[in-house]
Amino acid sequence: MTERNPSAPESSEAAPVLALEDVHVRYGGSHILQGVSFDVPATGVTALLGRNGVGKTTTLRSIIGLAPRTGRILLEGTEIQGRTTARIVRGGIGYVPEDREVFGGLTVEENLRLVDPDRGVDAPVVARLFPDLVSRRGQRAGTLSGGQQQMVSLARVLLRENVLLLIDEPTKGLAPKLVTEVADVLAEVARTTPILLVEQNLPLVRRIADRVVVLDAGAVVHRGATADLVADADLTRELLGVSMRRAGVA
Amino acid sequence: MSDLVLLLVTGLGLGALYFIAASGLSLIYGLMGVLNFAHGVFMTAGAYAAWLTMGALPVGWPVAGRLVVGVLVAVTVGAVVGLVVEVVLIRPLYRHHIQQVLVTVGLALAGVAAAQGIWGADPRPVESPAWMSGTTDVLGARLPNDRFVYLLVAAALFAGLLALLHLTRLGLVIRAGVENRTMVEALGINVHRTFTTVFALGGAAAGLAGVLYSQYAGAVSPAQGGSLLIFAFIVVVIGGMGSLTGTAVAAVVVGLVQQLANYYAASGVGDLSVVLLLALVLLLRPTSLKGATA
Repeated sequence: MTERNPSAPESSEAAPVLALEDVHVRYGGSHILQGVSFDVPATGVTALLGRNGVGKTTTLRSIIGLAPRTGRILLEGTEIQGRTTARIVRGGIGYVPEDREVFGGLTVEENLRLVDPDRGVDAPVVARLFPDLVSRRGQRAGTLSGGQQQMVSLARVLLRENVLLLIDEPTKGLAPKLVTEVADVLAEVARTTPILLVEQNLPLVRRIADRVVVLDAGAVVHRGATADLVADADLTRELLGVSMRRAGVA
Repeated sequence: MSDLVLLLVTGLGLGALYFIAASGLSLIYGLMGVLNFAHGVFMTAGAYAAWLTMGALPVGWPVAGRLVVGVLVAVTVGAVVGLVVEVVLIRPLYRHHIQQVLVTVGLALAGVAAAQGIWGADPRPVESPAWMSGTTDVLGARLPNDRFVYLLVAAALFAGLLALLHLTRLGLVIRAGVENRTMVEALGINVHRTFTTVFALGGAAAGLAGVLYSQYAGAVSPAQGGSLLIFAFIVVVIGGMGSLTGTAVAAVVVGLVQQLANYYAASGVGDLSVVLLLALVLLLRPTSLKGATA
């Protein structure tokens, strides 16, 4: 696929909170990321889009050191290569993985106290954004519904002061009502913390993302404003393999 | 009736030793995925440390007092050996499982050879307090007193580890890490520090097991840790890797089966019956007694 405007100037907003420069990831004999470069501005939501298997999740995992990589990744201008995952996260990157990955054998309270030993469920942000979790504090996370588990997964990272959130398919497998709830939470969070969001749900992307980065075959093939992508049905079909009408955006 | 009581108590006592030996192994595997074949060396180190300590203390001290000091030294030595092994040999090899096995097997062989080189291959007798060498009559059975000690120590260790796991932050991190250690790290928790602590804890429990097993055998010998390790591995696999409660249940079952088979079948059949029990569990319930993957 021809790179549409990957070298276009980045947003003219403030300095990026995160910059990827020529990032490569190899697993065994596979070359998953092949020189990925893009910036994440310090405000709003940046959506990382692309067909299945193009390297979106790997990009997030490479940023927090869960995938072996080469290239440069700068967080607020500081190179984070060589840092452990824990140190990168403590440096201000919150990570919500695909499939939530809550600790099913632990209670909701224990899941949250892993991050905030003093407050856990009692932290104000939990009562404000996830009131349902307060009443379920003693329930094992493995017995929660998918939507509730997603709330636990989101609440865990919001208990820490973050300069950037990496959120991987937060609405995957959720009912439409829950998708709306998650979108509301993300929109609320994005007011104060920039988000790099991997998401297949285009209506949600259109609603909360300011800009998009599109990957194909491990490389950036497009970046720009969300509105521009959504307005161009042919471009969306070419880059993502879906029509706007079928995706529920038109 | 008295025979059965004797067999049950001695079987439980043996199970208690197996639990003490297996608890650290189970925690280490559950959290870190490390099959620590050097765990027997930790036990041997503890046993020799206690033996040397008891020999170095004034003869005028009561044996029980010297044994208590020996146990404390054994636990400390086990913890230090565990900590050093984790930092120096295991930490560079996380996620390299084959290399971990090779290193820990190599350490096990080297540890036995070193002990043989220093103290000889022959068993060295250990002193026991007079009460531990005696018996107590219960329901017509003359029960060896040392089995009560093993049971009490194992119960205290079990309660202590449960309290650690459920009442402390370290325990919370361990329980989360047993489920998904990558995610623990992705929450900003230095899981490697927890690994080191758990390895030291496992080493301490192994040191304790080593000194108690030498009391059970009446001697210390270089290969002692290795023979106890085999049963500890069987207990951990049957109970479910990483499950403390499963390990406790499996240890009791293994101890009882071994003792009953030795008595009702023939001497020596106990060891075989334990291996058959392991095969049976793996065939009928491959997810182990506790449901964890065996």
